[in-house]
Order: sequence, then structure tokens, then C-alpha cells
Amino acid sequence: METSPVSLSLADLSIGSAARIVSLELGGLLRRRILDLGMVPGTQVRCVRKSPSGDPIAFQVRGCIIALRTEDLKNIKVFPFNYVREAAR
Amino acid sequence: MIEGINKQVFREYFGIRVKPEQLVVALAGNPNVGKSTVFNVLTGLRQHTGNWPGKTVDNAQGVFSHRNASFVLVDLPGTYSLLSHTIEEQIARDFICFGHPDATLVVLDATCLERNLNLALQVMEITPNIVVCVNLMDEARKKKISIDLAALEAELQVPVVATAARIGEGIQELKEALWKVATQSAPATPKQVTYSPEVERAVQELCAILSFIAEPALNKRWLALRLLDGNPSILASISDYLDLVSGWRETA
Repeated sequence: METSPVSLSLADLSIGSAARIVSLELGGLLRRRILDLGMVPGTQVRCVRKSPSGDPIAFQVRGCIIALRTEDLKNIKVFPFNYVREAAR
Repeated sequence: MIEGINKQVFREYFGIRVKPEQLVVALAGNPNVGKSTVFNVLTGLRQHTGNWPGKTVDNAQGVFSHRNASFVLVDLPGTYSLLSHTIEEQIARDFICFGHPDATLVVLDATCLERNLNLALQVMEITPNIVVCVNLMDEARKKKISIDLAALEAELQVPVVATAARIGEGIQELKEALWKVATQSAPATPKQVTYSPEVERAVQELCAILSFIAEPALNKRWLALRLLDGNPSILASISDYLDLVSGWRETA
């Protein structure tokens, strides 16, 4: 398993950037749910859309688009592929 | 095997009334995979809708026949999984596990196959009487997705049928596959997921302990895995079921 050079969560991805899921720091029902939706460690995800308020955020996962609350996304740690900091844009 | 009369009582527990000669098929699938279209194409207008006993979740049953056999198709709620706690998933799981369907039809979305396979693998852990239906083939063609059905069938070791239910494609083949599975004319041994060595060792130990449960319809490996999960909702359903079965044994 790759270790992330910077501790990033799915909530930090900007639109268009992709990442690989490293770990789900969630418990119980929500963890099970997210695993069932195909987000398991090692899965590639791409941020495709954000709502006007920035929450929820939609991701492309295994050919489907899934939107999640920022609150939950913060607990999904990722390893970015082409990390572009939002501030630098 | 559970005697015919008990099987009947069990189905009634789920609100399913069938004649003894009718075969019961459970219809499972993720939400939005065209499950209801498959249901409508197979059963036409011979449907009965209501609720699951005690739950405000719709329950639709329909009838169709193939090769002189009469089938009752039970539409289960659309779910991504059988392991979470939502009421819909609980109904789908309890019916597949304890409702004794003669076959379970799992409908998958051809345009999003990978995610859908999760449910198919979970059903395969519970029952060998399964038919996998890869639906929305017309959508997949539109998106230039081609699916190697023979490879999928070989990999899963269960019958796989491609359909485009909206245009009626593959429905005859689907009926034939269901007939074969439900009448047990071609018993399958679905591929089982192998877990990490630690989990497998624990499953082995639990299976040995669980051998006291004289209930062949309940898959011991699946039961051991659920005990390891420690999911209270599943454990409650299992003990309800075992109580019911042992209740009958005593009265019989």
C-alpha cells in the first residue's frame, strides 16, 4: 500500500483531479455503505463536480458517480495522482 | 432439506402465497438496473402488489410460466448490498436466506458491472441457486461497452444471461436459465470469495462449532462470516429463523 506524502482526504480534491483511496477512517454503517458503493482501499476516484456551497461533492467511482457529504469525505484518506493545490490555481 | 410443508409456512411468513407446485424466484439487484423492467417483461400484468408483512416497503409478486412450470417472481427492494442495516436490505437478505426461493435472479447493470458484482458475490455466498442477468445491454452498446459473458460465467461459475429487458432481448434465455436452476437440473457451485488466511482460519473454526445447527438450508460458511462481522441485525434475523425452525421440529 502506498503511503500518502501529504495527508489528504477526498474533501481536499479539486474538480478534475484523481486519487487512489488509501483508507476509510469510518466505522459502522457508513463504512459498510461506502465499501458497498465500490470505494475500497486502492480504488481510483475522480472528483467530477461540487455543489455551489461545496458540499456535497460528486466523485466518479468505477463508472458511477457518487456524491458524498464533506463531513464524511474528510475521513476518507487518499493518495493523489495529479495533485494541484486549489490555492495555486 | 426442509420438508415441503415447512417451506410453505416460511414463505407465508414473508407474505408469499404459492401453490406447492409453483417455483419461487427472488429478484434482486442494485437500484436503477432495470429490475422492475425485467419483472414486468417476465410477468406481464399477472402481478400482485402489497407490502412486506409489517414493513412499509413495497412487495410485488408476479407469475409466469415456462416449459409447463409455473413461477412466482418476488421483486425484492433494490439494494447495493445485503450486509447493511437499512430495512430494504434486511428484507432482501432475509428473503434470500430464509424464504427458500427455488432460484435467486440477480440483475446487474451492464454499464456499471464492477460495482454491481458486489451484490452478486454476496448472493453467491448465501445460495448456489442463482442466475445472473446482465441487463441494460442496449445502454452498454450505446456506450460502446462490450462484455465478455463467457468469461464472466466461467469466473463466477453460475449461469449468466445478457438481456435488454426494455426491448425484450434475452428474455427467453433468462426463463430457460431460471427453469434449469429452479428445477435443479444443472446444480451450480458458485465461486466463493476467499478471505485473508486469518479470516479463513476463523471461519473454519466457527464452521466446526456451528455443525450443531441441524439446518441444512442455512449455509454454515455464510453464518460463520456473519458471526465474525458481528452485525446485530443479521444475528437477530438468524436467531429468529432458528427459533421458528426448532419450534416446528418440536410440534412435528
